[in-house]
Amino acid sequence: MKVLVAVTEVTTVDDEFEIDGLAIDDRYLGADMNEWDEYAVEEAVQLAEDGVADEVVTATVGPEEAEETIRQALAKGADRAIRVWDDDCAAADLLDVGAKTALLAGVVAREEPDLVLTGVQSGDAGFMATGVSLAADVGCQWAAVVNDLELSPEEGTADVRRELEGGVEELTTVELPAVLTIQTGINEPRYASLRGIRSAQSKELEHVTPGELGIEPATIEGALRLIGMAEPDVESEATVLEGSAEESAAELAAVLRERGVGVEG
Amino acid sequence: MSAPSPDVLAIAEHRRGDLRDVSDQLVTAGSELAGATGGDLHVAVVSGDVEAFGRKANREGVDVVHTVADGEEFNHDVYVQAVEALVEEVDPRYLLAPNSVNGLDYVPAVARRLALPLVTDVVDIEAEPLVATREMYGGKVETEIEVADDRAVLTIRAGEWPATTDTGDASVEPFELEIDESRVGSSVNGFEEVGGGDVDITEADVLVSVGRGIDDEENLELIHDLADALGATVSASRPIVDAGWLEKGRQVGQSGKVVTPDVYIAVGISGAVQHVAGMKGSETIVAINTDPSAPIMDIADYAIHDDLFEVVPALIEEFE
Ligand SMILES: Cc1cc2nc3c(=O)[nH]c(=O)nc-3n(C[C@H](O)[C@H](O)[C@H](O)COP(=O)(O)OP(=O)(O)OC[C@H]3O[C@@H](n4cnc5c(N)ncnc54)[C@H](O)[C@@H]3O)c2cc1C
Ligand SMILES: Nc1ncnc2c1ncn2[C@@H]1O[C@H](COP(=O)(O)O)[C@@H](O)[C@H]1O
Repeated sequence: MKVLVAVTEVTTVDDEFEIDGLAIDDRYLGADMNEWDEYAVEEAVQLAEDGVADEVVTATVGPEEAEETIRQALAKGADRAIRVWDDDCAAADLLDVGAKTALLAGVVAREEPDLVLTGVQSGDAGFMATGVSLAADVGCQWAAVVNDLELSPEEGTADVRRELEGGVEELTTVELPAVLTIQTGINEPRYASLRGIRSAQSKELEHVTPGELGIEPATIEGALRLIGMAEPDVESEATVLEGSAEESAAELAAVLRERGVGVEG
Repeated sequence: MSAPSPDVLAIAEHRRGDLRDVSDQLVTAGSELAGATGGDLHVAVVSGDVEAFGRKANREGVDVVHTVADGEEFNHDVYVQAVEALVEEVDPRYLLAPNSVNGLDYVPAVARRLALPLVTDVVDIEAEPLVATREMYGGKVETEIEVADDRAVLTIRAGEWPATTDTGDASVEPFELEIDESRVGSSVNGFEEVGGGDVDITEADVLVSVGRGIDDEENLELIHDLADALGATVSASRPIVDAGWLEKGRQVGQSGKVVTPDVYIAVGISGAVQHVAGMKGSETIVAINTDPSAPIMDIADYAIHDDLFEVVPALIEEFE
């Protein structure tokens, strides 16, 4: 079976940062593979190692800079990668769920995978919605927030555990093909080996444009407009304990003792 | 598409026989929104004991309760069909649902199938024009999103709106639905409680809770030493448990335990919403974190903006 993994590069923000209009100033930004997608990639690579998957393909909606992250996925064992982007994507101030869904659905239509893995959420935008939206778009089954997966390709089903709130798991069977949104902790993501990193350089990383997938600019623009960005109004009433580490620790110790912490008897 | 009605349709949530608290918060958000659009608030309960759920969902501000009797527990295929049919019936301007694990298992599918714009995990709403506030970058910033459409689907974050608990006088209307079985491709086989272990962190008076700031499994020693010095119990945020450094029973948060100790000391924890859901009821919250903009600072009573590897050893010394 063929497995497609949606991999996104997330923007990370420094401890101290400044907002400039509708964005955080570039100086304070970094990039990383989305934490949830690391688990999705690992799950797919393990399916390949177990002989269940014949091919693992990654799909990313992102600019050329995202290729570093994509190479990481290849270094960890994905076979090839597809990256979707054009100037319209770059111009959109917010790629909403609808836009990402349409673009990823375009890749699904081309690749026809038997299983699509996404993360539960992207660590930056955190819509928590792209996977399930994608399933509805391509007309297949799905399961959200999966922390255990057993595939039965002969029966054409997947048995999953869905992690609900409060330490309750739901045991569910879905028909294949399906999109599963993968939760952290489902496996232990590997580090890329040196050999993996080297071989990733020669793996196919194809760039396609939305136009080539038949996606209109209006779809990419979507209906959501980012009109404001601010640091949350901190109603924080925290007493900040200042000074050197020793000084602040001493102040905290006094606060704790007042509350009976660490006091004998 | 012609203009929708000014009405708001909110889909309540239940699990294993109980209407979940967030449903009462949904009513508050829904009636505020319906107040702004000048429409009615419709609430729907789908599957399970809909009569009982329907009585309970009949809160002040609700105009109509729709009960859809098909199915027992939540099944996303049944929900998708039911909510699509309800949208057709009510033709609402706004569709509201909780931003819960189950909400996120059907709402994005409904939005996509009906080609409606979707804004998830909303913490504040202004209507006409619709502007939804939501966080980004793990709660470090808040964004305002305007929806350039006369319809929208919104999922709301739990705990952001107060619950409406007064009984209302809505009409309760059974909604007849023919489920298309050929479109049901998933089945729920059961539930399992997880996260046992040898300690019960919910019983502890003092918790020293460790997060990803600890960086390495070996460094956990420091946290155990601090807990010993304070006579406290060790708990953790999710990444520590995901990495297998501590057992699942020690995880605090949405998918772990809800704790309310006298003192909760968060060490190297950013305070993601799913973590805070499990500890915000603590009497006194202490945060030790190098990042002054970490969301944990918003709920902390005492904060140290410094390196845990400096502060924790000094604190241990204070108690030895
Ligand atoms: C459906 C779902 C359910 C979830 N359920 C839970 C749950 O039950 N519980 C839970 O905890 N999470 C849960 N999460 C995960 C949650 O979203 C966060 O990813 C997680 O809480 C982050 O953990 P953290 O704060 O330890 O790590 P991070 O967010 O990485 O924060 C680490 C912090 O350590 C600080 N730090 C780094 N180095 C130092 C240092 N030397 N000294 C001091 N501070 C330092 C950093 O400034 C940072 O603030 C869930 C997520 C989803 C999507
Ligand atoms: N730009 C993107 N490119 C590829 N996959 C994405 C992108 N954005 C989101 N996804 C996938 O959808 C998941 C959920 O993202 P989100 O709905 O934004 O929280 C991520 O974990 C990815 O697997």
